[in-house]
Amino acid sequence: MSYQANEKGYYGEFGGAFIPEMLYPNCEELRQNYVRIMQEESFKKEFDSLLKDYVGRPTPLYFAERLSKKYKTKIYLKREDLCHTGAHKVNNTIGQILMAKKLGKNRIIAETGAGQHGVATATVCALMGIECVVYMGEIDIARQAPNVARMKMLGAEVRPALSGSRTLKDATNEAIRDWINNPVDTHYIIGSVVGPHPYPDMVARFQSVISEEIKWQLQEKEGRENPDFVVACVGGGSNAAGAYYHYLDNEEVGIIAVEAAGHGIHSGESAATSALGKIGIIHGSKTLLMQTPDGQITEPYSISAGLDYPGVGPMHANLFASGRGEFISITDDEAMTAGLLLSKLEGIIPAIESSHAFAIFETRKFKENDIVVVNLSGRGDKDLNTYIDYFKLA
Amino acid sequence: MSNRIIKKLEEDKKLLSIYFTAGYPEIENTVQIIQDLEKNGVDMIEIGLPFSDPLADGPTIQASSTTALQNGMTSEVLFNQLADIRKSVSIPLIIMGYFNPMMQYGVEEFCKKCQEIGIDGLIIPDLPVDVYNEDYRAIFEKYGLLNVFLITPQTSEERIRFIDSVSNGFIYMVSSASVTGSKSGFGNEQTHYFERIAAMNLKNPQIVGFGIKDSETFQQATKTAKGAIIGSAFIKHLTEKGINTISDFTKTIR
Ligand SMILES: Cc1ncc(COP(=O)(O)O)c(C=O)c1O
Repeated sequence: MSYQANEKGYYGEFGGAFIPEMLYPNCEELRQNYVRIMQEESFKKEFDSLLKDYVGRPTPLYFAERLSKKYKTKIYLKREDLCHTGAHKVNNTIGQILMAKKLGKNRIIAETGAGQHGVATATVCALMGIECVVYMGEIDIARQAPNVARMKMLGAEVRPALSGSRTLKDATNEAIRDWINNPVDTHYIIGSVVGPHPYPDMVARFQSVISEEIKWQLQEKEGRENPDFVVACVGGGSNAAGAYYHYLDNEEVGIIAVEAAGHGIHSGESAATSALGKIGIIHGSKTLLMQTPDGQITEPYSISAGLDYPGVGPMHANLFASGRGEFISITDDEAMTAGLLLSKLEGIIPAIESSHAFAIFETRKFKENDIVVVNLSGRGDKDLNTYIDYFKLA
Repeated sequence: MSNRIIKKLEEDKKLLSIYFTAGYPEIENTVQIIQDLEKNGVDMIEIGLPFSDPLADGPTIQASSTTALQNGMTSEVLFNQLADIRKSVSIPLIIMGYFNPMMQYGVEEFCKKCQEIGIDGLIIPDLPVDVYNEDYRAIFEKYGLLNVFLITPQTSEERIRFIDSVSNGFIYMVSSASVTGSKSGFGNEQTHYFERIAAMNLKNPQIVGFGIKDSETFQQATKTAKGAIIGSAFIKHLTEKGINTISDFTKTIR
């Protein structure tokens, strides 16, 4: 049994493409071409060289000595926070902008919640000189002002999503509607391993560079390719998909997925999709999502805007349902405390999304000689105000 | 009894179909709107089951859906409201909704309920024809429901032929590449598309939707097609004029 997507884009019973007919030609064009294009020598060469010279890859695999000592196990950090623009998101946007060029598209649209994916998309559009429109919920625009300014400075147009709850899920709806209205010249750069097939698989492949590097880096440091565990936070699931990718079908490597519990799983303010979700359809994918008994999609909550999505990618839904992945949820308070701890112990201020992954060590115990790789998906610059307010640092 | 949609399609006239969102503007309006539409000569009705995330719809229908959900509309409430609808209404009734609420209700349960009430067909924009054909067709047929598929100007000829082969009522012809309510008037591009589809001699008649808003667009669309569906323009009328002047709206169409 494989935990990768099959031909039709299913991970077990999850995935597929539940899209209106208006989107069929777009998704079909992508589906028919994405694997072939990604395997072309010219594509690989350009992708690899941009990842190296523009993004700054390979990112270090760093042995966190003081953190390891505290938790009595061997903890390595995969430093995606050192990527250009400050998070793993750019691995995907570089891949997709090259894909869009190969498909002859001259206009890019994207959705964004916190603005990280919006910035990563605006960045690659500036790099390539391609028109860029980013949809962002009206409420998120107000609470993520610095990233809105960054996108504008990079030349992107930021369009407010005014429908529904005016946050990430509605920004995604608006981007999809834009694609319906502009079916020929536009490519939609989706920001995580969500949406209709082939997006989850395509985005996972672009992010898979993370685990590809972990393998040889760990070989250099420990004389073995396989850690005992790989840990990552899961919003839609793209940094996690990248960190797990080359280990998915190797059951010697434990997979740990960390979700945002917000104020607590049963507080009514949470984003812990595996615990609270039921199978259904969101943004064209059959997966786990938070919803009412009547099937209306509900609004999640987390202090970290990047984990604030009511669904989870179909790969992760399958990792959960099959038991291949261990799912842990972490509250706002636990994550903030872990973020401060990492700052003090290792001199690294993590994005609050990533802080969730570090918080598990308080309760999830590992053996002393276990090798645990934590994907440090992003840096905390964007979250400084939240940290400052939370810890009353100013 | 054979399906009301099929009988209606056999009539020698162009069909006017109207879409409205159940539970809008008020939760209790559903039955009255249906009855008034029939009284005013409408041939077929699409009852919109509101969804929180209606991907294929423009701002007008989205806003009506949001209000309807706030008013408390659900699958269960709608089925209860429609329980006796066949005592007063005889034109074809179609439920149009997204797949997730139907999945949560249970696809078979949902279809069974539709049959009990006297619903004739379903339009589920995000249930693709391929998935329907493999996984759900048998259930729909068991309960005598026609499933209506969409085609757009971008749909390939091969896929149109496939959709035609799976359909057994009519094909919902989306007038242009757009979400609902977003285009104003039809130009040459649409006319050519209408003619191109007409020339394919499909086994299923076509009914045009998206962008039909007045007598002119209705005439243009039904020059070649069997009928046309009005959605956003009717919702706007309900928003602006309320539910007691439906005849003022239908009179302007034909
Ligand atoms: C730093 C960081 N980590 C994680 C995420 C969550 O996304 P995903 O689950 O797709 O990795 C985000 C999203 O904005 C992010 O900015």
